[in-house]
Amino acid sequence: MSDAAQIRFEHVTKRYPGRGQAAIDDLTFEIPAGTFCVLVGPSGGGKTTALKMVNRLIPFDSGDITIDGRSVSELPLVELRRGIGYVIQQIGLFPHMTIGENIATVPRLVGWNKMRIRARTSELLELVGLEPGDASRYPSQLSGGQRQRVGLARALAADPPLLLMDEPFGALDPITRLRLQTELRRLHREVHKTVIFVTHDVDEAIMMGDRIAILRQGGVLVQYDTPDAILAHPADDFVAQFIGEDRALRRLALRTLADVKLHPNVEEIEPEHRVPSSTTVRNAVSLMLEYDTDELLVEDGGKAIGVFHLRDAGALLGGGA
Amino acid sequence: MSGPVIPNFGHGSSCVTGNHTFCWGWVRDHWNDTLEPALIQHLELTAIAVGLGFVLAFVLALLAHRLRAVDQPIGVFAALLYPLPRLALFQLLIPFTGLTTTTVEVALVAYTLVILFPNIMAGLRSAPADVLEAASGMGLTRRQVLWRVELPLAVPAIIGGLRIAVVSTISIATIAAFLLPKGLGYPIFVALKEPTPFKTEIYAAGALAVGLAIACDLGLVALRRLLVPWSRA
Repeated sequence: MSDAAQIRFEHVTKRYPGRGQAAIDDLTFEIPAGTFCVLVGPSGGGKTTALKMVNRLIPFDSGDITIDGRSVSELPLVELRRGIGYVIQQIGLFPHMTIGENIATVPRLVGWNKMRIRARTSELLELVGLEPGDASRYPSQLSGGQRQRVGLARALAADPPLLLMDEPFGALDPITRLRLQTELRRLHREVHKTVIFVTHDVDEAIMMGDRIAILRQGGVLVQYDTPDAILAHPADDFVAQFIGEDRALRRLALRTLADVKLHPNVEEIEPEHRVPSSTTVRNAVSLMLEYDTDELLVEDGGKAIGVFHLRDAGALLGGGA
Repeated sequence: MSGPVIPNFGHGSSCVTGNHTFCWGWVRDHWNDTLEPALIQHLELTAIAVGLGFVLAFVLALLAHRLRAVDQPIGVFAALLYPLPRLALFQLLIPFTGLTTTTVEVALVAYTLVILFPNIMAGLRSAPADVLEAASGMGLTRRQVLWRVELPLAVPAIIGGLRIAVVSTISIATIAAFLLPKGLGYPIFVALKEPTPFKTEIYAAGALAVGLAIACDLGLVALRRLLVPWSRA
């Protein structure tokens, strides 16, 4: 497996002629290798523009973007792009090719032999949760969710150190989207690649990102930090409004009961209601409100491991964020 | 077998001498000297017209696809040529190329070109924007996008154009007989010139033209099924 790439935006600026406002305005930030970085913001914020500058589908006017220290303008265009996985919302599978052929696109371009391609294809089908038999089917025979799995497999095919994803789940139904989001997070832990992921959906950004870059109209980066830090300390009113007034609850959704320190369980005064430790703190709070109680017994594999109090939730937020 | 080829009034069967609706005997007797050669000539006229027209249309379409500047002029030229009656085009060409196969082929090629060019263009443009974006985003060169993505996706439209071109060329090629003793139009032409038009010959040649058109069309439908397995899915 190839290493993940480190990406730097250095004073990148892009202006479309005849438009007063810049599309991207002096964008500078760094994405450490292996980070799942989400670009989020309202439309007109330039997040897709910023993404497409990395594989040079959109040229920039000034500044530079580097991948592991090398400027993207240094490499020949096709070579640069073959080294970057690219996933888009409309997926863009080749309708005249089978799923297997679609996945093999980049490996074929870079000259892998048949054996290696076949092995890689079945490995990827499994990785993204498709059947081996799907390789010989055509895109029109798959559902939207399955197609985007293929899109992801195709992007990962030649094992690129960087993955660009432009609202990949935007056109899917909520249930399929949640499933794919969860699986992409799992996959990211497994394959450890740098991902740049564009979305306009704050919930998706918070759920997916190790780091979130919030862009405002005119391509201005207003805040770049971990989801927890952004929810705890929004940089300004724009960010506070963008992430929503329920940001305290959103922060609690980032943790499960397995992540927090529990009180020892004393059998005589055991709480009446039990929850598994995989429950998010947010859902635990919601359950306590529903049961009209202020404590829950936390279980792991059916065994009580401790007690969680309502006031612990407040403490997690730093005593009143 | 001897005597004048057409029509064999005189020493044929009573069916022929009586000019009945259809005489199988005449067809049998004149298959080798009249109908088969006419059918083969007809097929040749059509194959050359469609073949040349396709090659020209294909090259022009690739050019127009690459250089947007020449797209419109070619399209306008094609649009002007299309409604021109074929017979009139034959007449216009006679001063230059005479009563020759060349005259006929120039007119037929012009016609297939006019049918095929817009179809190939439409096919090349039918590749969805997201597919093209994914293709270039993955690092396919322009040439690879053309040969691996745009052209395969254009095949249904190209075969659609070929079906129209082949069927209409087969029908138009019958009027080539006004200029040349060639093709399935010629036996019809001759039979019509008799004081009493000879029915069997007209029907036989006509049926062969219809049969040829249907067979070619079915062949192209089969070719489409073979080349475009993905659209059946």
